[in-house]
Amino acid sequence: MALQSLDVKNQSARTSTPPTARRTPEVAKLVDVSRCIGCKACQSACMEWNDLRDVVGVQEGSYTSPPDLSDQSWTLMRFHEEERDGALQWLIFKDGCLHCEDPGCLRACPAPGAIVQYSNGIVDFHEEQCIGCGYCTAGCPFDVPRLSGRDSKVYKCTLCSDRVAVGLEPACIKSCPTGALHFGSKQDMLFEAEERLGDLRERGFTRAAVYDPRGVGGTHVIHLLPHGDRPEAYGLPARPKVGLVQRAWRSGLARGVGVATLAGVLVAGLLHYMRYGPLDVPPGDRPDGEVKP
Amino acid sequence: MTNHWTDIKNADVVLVMGGNPAEAHPCGFKWVIEAKLANRARLVVVDPRFTRTAAVADKFAQLRPGTDIAFLGGVIRHLLEKDAIQREYVTAYTNAPFLLRADYGFDDGLFTGYDEARRTYDKQTWAYDLDEHGFARVDPTLTDPRCVYQAMKRHYARYTPELVSSVTGVPVKDFEEICGLIASTARPDRAMTSLYALGWTQHSVGSQNIRAIAMIQLLLGNIGIPGGGVNALRGHSNIQGLTDLGVMSHLLPGYLTLPTEQDPDLATYLAKRTPKALRPGQMNYWQNYPKFFVSLLKAWYGAEARKENDFRYDWLPKNDKTYDILAAFELMAEGKINGYFCQGFNPLASVPDKAKLTGALSRLKYLVVIDPLETETSTFWKDHGEFNAVDPASIQTEVFRLPATCFAEEDGSLVNSGRWLQWHWKAADPPGEARGDPEIMAELFLAVRDLYLKEGGAFPDPVVKLPWPYQIPRAPSAGELAREFNGVALADVTDPKDKTKVLARAGEQLATFVHLRDDGSTAAGCWIFCGSWTQAGNQMARRDAADPTGLGNTPGWAWSWPANRRILYNRASADPAGRPWDPTRRFVFWNGKAWAGADVPDFKVDSPPDEGMAPFIMNAEGVGKLFALGGLVEGPFPEHYEPFETPLARNPFGRVISNPAARVYQRDRARLGTARDFPFVATTYRLTEHFHFWTKHTRIAAVLQPEAFVEIGEGLARLRGIRNGDRVVVRSGRGEIKVKAMVTRRIRTLAVQGQEVHTVGLPIHWGYEGLTRPGYLTNTLTPSVGDANIQTPEFKAFLVDVRKA
Repeated sequence: MALQSLDVKNQSARTSTPPTARRTPEVAKLVDVSRCIGCKACQSACMEWNDLRDVVGVQEGSYTSPPDLSDQSWTLMRFHEEERDGALQWLIFKDGCLHCEDPGCLRACPAPGAIVQYSNGIVDFHEEQCIGCGYCTAGCPFDVPRLSGRDSKVYKCTLCSDRVAVGLEPACIKSCPTGALHFGSKQDMLFEAEERLGDLRERGFTRAAVYDPRGVGGTHVIHLLPHGDRPEAYGLPARPKVGLVQRAWRSGLARGVGVATLAGVLVAGLLHYMRYGPLDVPPGDRPDGEVKP
Repeated sequence: MTNHWTDIKNADVVLVMGGNPAEAHPCGFKWVIEAKLANRARLVVVDPRFTRTAAVADKFAQLRPGTDIAFLGGVIRHLLEKDAIQREYVTAYTNAPFLLRADYGFDDGLFTGYDEARRTYDKQTWAYDLDEHGFARVDPTLTDPRCVYQAMKRHYARYTPELVSSVTGVPVKDFEEICGLIASTARPDRAMTSLYALGWTQHSVGSQNIRAIAMIQLLLGNIGIPGGGVNALRGHSNIQGLTDLGVMSHLLPGYLTLPTEQDPDLATYLAKRTPKALRPGQMNYWQNYPKFFVSLLKAWYGAEARKENDFRYDWLPKNDKTYDILAAFELMAEGKINGYFCQGFNPLASVPDKAKLTGALSRLKYLVVIDPLETETSTFWKDHGEFNAVDPASIQTEVFRLPATCFAEEDGSLVNSGRWLQWHWKAADPPGEARGDPEIMAELFLAVRDLYLKEGGAFPDPVVKLPWPYQIPRAPSAGELAREFNGVALADVTDPKDKTKVLARAGEQLATFVHLRDDGSTAAGCWIFCGSWTQAGNQMARRDAADPTGLGNTPGWAWSWPANRRILYNRASADPAGRPWDPTRRFVFWNGKAWAGADVPDFKVDSPPDEGMAPFIMNAEGVGKLFALGGLVEGPFPEHYEPFETPLARNPFGRVISNPAARVYQRDRARLGTARDFPFVATTYRLTEHFHFWTKHTRIAAVLQPEAFVEIGEGLARLRGIRNGDRVVVRSGRGEIKVKAMVTRRIRTLAVQGQEVHTVGLPIHWGYEGLTRPGYLTNTLTPSVGDANIQTPEFKAFLVDVRKA
């Protein structure tokens, strides 16, 4: 499954030991919201590189277009007007997967290998393994993955794992004209973000902060927010965390309960068979439900 | 641009007014961000809307469309009243100390010399007081009441913060804060760059908008220095190249002008265009006009052009009147133009008043459209339901479509806003029958020439004797054309000081326009491009990004006209003694023997500072013009006039409401609306997701901005009961369109002269061809009124009404 130069360190519904012989630096995308001009070049590049074509929609009274993330739009510029103390701000936010270090989607996924986490931190969906249950959409604290109406599989940003595996930056990074998007080791991105904080504070954004929430173990897409005290203004949860259910799902306890339940069902089935024998299907009552006269 | 894109990073203050670079020039806008990061620059945006540029600005003010001169005039007053000017620069490098004629004056909205019946000025009083040698008198103390400085002070005394606020709608507090930021760059060690685009040019006072910022930049000492300048951000990748090559109805290549019927022979033509120095010892570079012009005739007419036949001056067409785009369509509407070639141009969407255009195009016998895409103009005759309701049976115009190539399907150069000629290489073959524009034109020319040869004609010589030296006559290559623009020595060119020294041998590509001659020994198709393709090869193809000074000056990257100079007037980056104004931004300075530094000096390199030659060598006076003499038709100082459609009943600055020298055709005047019927102020613009009317033909761009809309403020929405996403009708004196409404806080209701003024924002990108949702052309609404000097249409300020559909 692994891309040639990337090891898988974690995958859904599997417990095999990850390879540890080589070490890959953790990567991160830094979104400097203060430098973003909402040009949508990243949206365009994402569609180009990933062979996605969303529908030509309708104007619904917003610069946000298409109106939401979808199986064809893995990143989306969201525009939000905000007026505080008489000052108008047009908050422009690049929505998409944050590539959590502790991904709720991966924890929630029951399909073996449908969601993987590479050693560099990228969380990737392998749609060919996806069973379309949609648990990952419930498990994501950021409401990112989208179930496709076309093939009942879930899609989201791959952080261009195919490009990154061969030493290229993600397509959105390459297309960004103002340098609002950066890509590199997570350490470097955090350093860069800290550097930028000084400039923002000097310009009056005294609450500017880096959004790298601990509740999901940190993320591999980090944001520099001018209004760091109010991530909700950008549509980000203030304190995201992986849900209890998802946490339990992947825990030993859940696994134990699951195995015990399965075994119980098996035993019960066997006992039922021994007692009553095979089930008789009355004539005329077809398995497809069609009743013949 | 006087400067260039990369240089924006050197600015301390970036003033964006009359433009929206984050949306219209997102790639170039990176240098604004760079200025903020590296230079702690402050970004100031003044615009009728809170744009995506405003979203990253440090200070934003919303002004009423069409009131830029009121605002900038107020800034001038602020700088003069507070003495926030770079006085040494102003005294030495501008015409502030120049004395004006005693009979020059201005009163109640009009300058001296106005002829009301003809709507024109006799400009002879707008002149310097000359001494017996023909030189202007000056007063370096700037105290003489007749000096330009004092005249300017008097003129702008009326532009008080209170009046500016009441006309523009910008609160006094915001206006004064912005004045303070601008004034902070009067210091020699601080620079402001001005970035503007169509938001300033598309007005009936467009040229004067630019004049106003030029004056401010001169007062602040911000011209000729890194991080400064007056910077026009061009709207197409090669529109700078278009003007450079003179593809305008009154121009020839290199900003030479087309002769008129008043110029019957070469001597008359040249005498009118070759100025004499207005101050002693000035370079007066346009004195070389005859060299540029004769070299152009030699490039065109070759051996046919000889001294004894005035270099075939008689073969050039002579304008009997102006043939700007508004004039052309007026003539077409009158039935006086009956064939039209439309190359890379979609006038139905881009020339004002679609209904007038449709009528005009319908009177043509034939229309030839040369374009890579299916334009609305090419199908103007087709019934597209409500979006283009015409009766094809009643239109007899024969339309020919000749598919052309896109930029990636051909070799050539593009001239960017910063005057860089950058060569590019063909990346793909064009589809189907598409051909390059030179190929299409060459075939047309050869066919016309064959007809003349076969059938004769009234005046066949300029066509049948035109040299056509291309290897493949049907397809001149980009390289051949570029070498022709650069120019070649036809005989040995020698040094005028030492005739034995040969500067260029016969047959060699010229290295510089300094080598051009007016005796027929040189040829150059565009003198300002001279040096772009020399004996050393194609300079435009260079890609050395080295920036030795760290000032973003990359002399080895592509080639910049003129003479690979990156910042114009760069001599002004040093003080009169030749020392850099700002020691941290040493750009061009006197090194004891010559002018040198990071850039090619825009100056006579061996003229020492004590000779007193001034830095603005293209001007006959050697200095920057705060007072523009007769350069513009409506006055030597910019004055606020209301747009031709205004919500106000009077002009608070004077008795003349709108530009008194603007030409308005009777037919168009009748279609102007009043504030009673059309109470809201509309302005048109572009969005980052689309490029004019092209990208609606591409799927991804169509996804990103799928359908036409109009932006209105919450105040107007309440007034008309419109909710976000509603379909609305927008009407003007020219017609109506139906679009979706976007209700936004980014457009506020303004308080103007005691009344509420609502602004309506109209993006232009949609139409009935392409992959976006089919819709109306916004151009249905626009007024056919132009700037008084060059007739750029007033797309940025007109009146509409908006109601729920």
